[in-house]
Amino acid sequence: MSVEVRSLTVSYLPGVPVLADLDLEVATGEWLGLLGPNGAGKSTLLKAIAGLVRHSGSVELLGTDSTSTPRRARARAVAFVPQEPMIPLEMTVTEYVLLGRTPHLSYLGREGRRDFKAASSALDLLDLGCFAGRKMSELSGGERRRVVLARAIAQEANILLLDEPTGGLDIGQGQKALGLISYLRSERPMTIITAMHDLTLAGRFADRLVMMAGGRIIVAGSAAHVLTANYIRDFYQADVEVVRVNGGLAIVPVRNGSQ
Amino acid sequence: MTMDDSPASLRGLRLRWGWMTVMLAVLLAAMVAGITIGPAGISAGQVVAELVGAGLAGRPSTLSGIQQAIIWEIRLPRVVLGGLVGCLLALAGASYQGVFRNPLADPYLLGVAAGGGLGATVVIALVPGAAATMMPIAAFVGALVAVALTYTVGRSMGGRSAVSLILAGVAVAAFFTAIQTYIMQTNADTIRQVYSWILGLLATTGWSEVLVLVPYAIVCGIGLLLHRRLLDVMSVGDEEVDSLGVSATRVRITVVIFSTLATAAAVAVSGLIGFVGIVIPHTVRLVIGVSYRSLIPVSMIAGAAFLILADLVARTVASPAELPIGVITAFVGAPFFLIVLRTTRRYVM
Repeated sequence: MSVEVRSLTVSYLPGVPVLADLDLEVATGEWLGLLGPNGAGKSTLLKAIAGLVRHSGSVELLGTDSTSTPRRARARAVAFVPQEPMIPLEMTVTEYVLLGRTPHLSYLGREGRRDFKAASSALDLLDLGCFAGRKMSELSGGERRRVVLARAIAQEANILLLDEPTGGLDIGQGQKALGLISYLRSERPMTIITAMHDLTLAGRFADRLVMMAGGRIIVAGSAAHVLTANYIRDFYQADVEVVRVNGGLAIVPVRNGSQ
Repeated sequence: MTMDDSPASLRGLRLRWGWMTVMLAVLLAAMVAGITIGPAGISAGQVVAELVGAGLAGRPSTLSGIQQAIIWEIRLPRVVLGGLVGCLLALAGASYQGVFRNPLADPYLLGVAAGGGLGATVVIALVPGAAATMMPIAAFVGALVAVALTYTVGRSMGGRSAVSLILAGVAVAAFFTAIQTYIMQTNADTIRQVYSWILGLLATTGWSEVLVLVPYAIVCGIGLLLHRRLLDVMSVGDEEVDSLGVSATRVRITVVIFSTLATAAAVAVSGLIGFVGIVIPHTVRLVIGVSYRSLIPVSMIAGAAFLILADLVARTVASPAELPIGVITAFVGAPFFLIVLRTTRRYVM
């Protein structure tokens, strides 16, 4: 297993768990899509796996207990891309991507040839070589997303956690972002966990889906198993039709009362 | 793409030796001007000949004994002290800005200088016989309390807002200044000494102040220069810094301690000199870019040159009277601060 979570509980306020006694296993090389309404605990689950929030229960990464793993070693195993990354606008693309090499450097260390090579190949992989000298402020939203992804790739972690990788992107850019992640997985052995709001895209790209609500996992399985009109109505309070198109599922909203 | 064929993309990562050289030349010119200009009638050529010939090469001096004393015992210590103070204030300002991700952060505006001032005032007023070496330590304690208070109050007021941190700094500075004023009023015999020190002064008695400051300059300079890359990493926010395997809290505490020590040491020997920490890093940033890898060393040199020149203005503009150097830096810095404040919205906070 790449990620193994047991009895995970996270509370930001005493007595108010955001995640409650949660169990989850993610196989090596798998792409897991986390679904659920706002406040379901998706982002918190990603942060707990990345070791960014205090929790009880255990999180094992590649067979090692996460809490007993030093911070830097953990960052070499897991790369985390938040929903709204803080972008230093005046930094160049290369400078930004090189930040991904931080876990490979000692506290006061400096980048060496190997780090430049890793950043360079991450830029090449995402076809960003032509942007290398540009400032982040000069890029479009979609281009910035790709650069953030390149930073995570430069981290050379086996586990990639992405919080809303299509957030703020138009339909085309969102599709491209997920296509890129899919491509990355074909190029490098990677376990990917994404928290997503776009159910149709999640069903198309992820190997397995997990539906969360109230800090718990409600249902897990294939897209056909999880993406049902009933689950979506129950947990999102949304009226939808789930239709099969070209071998995949599409979630079509229905106007209230007209179904 | 390889890194070798894309120099533009790596410009922030390399130390900008061109700008370092230019700034070192400016610093040397400022030093020569600082030593030359004054009522003693010594020319720049004589100063250079004395410093290089007599000082470095060990040749016999061509100057009179009085002229030698003016250069070696009065002007050079004052110029070196000004350079060290300017270097430390610019270094602290740049580091605070990086670690708080706040373009308005400055030792003066964060209340750090006021905290340091209170600590030093306590020593002047209440422990009059204390050694000069106690001043930086007392200033450091006061400054550390002030910056901790400012950060805590600022966070509680407005999260990451740049302005809320500065408002908190203003409040903390006002509070510390009030305590300082009370101590001054209740210790009337030392009020003049404290008052002239508050306005900032670089009057020296030979090399003693320089010797007090040098160890702090070395420790803080090396400590913060070693954190240049991490200050760049801090620009992505605490959560992402942590996800990159570095404790943002550890970096912040370490950098704040070094910056506060630098400020306190500068305040202890020179009084309250404002705005150097905001004017210099911002000007340098406009010229060489935002990466702290170059920003820190170039700001240190530029800060040194700036304060030497500011001191030159302070002691010549109303000659034979001498203006407090803090007045000169405020004349330049206050309008500059307003410009930075207006453009702050451009920054991602």
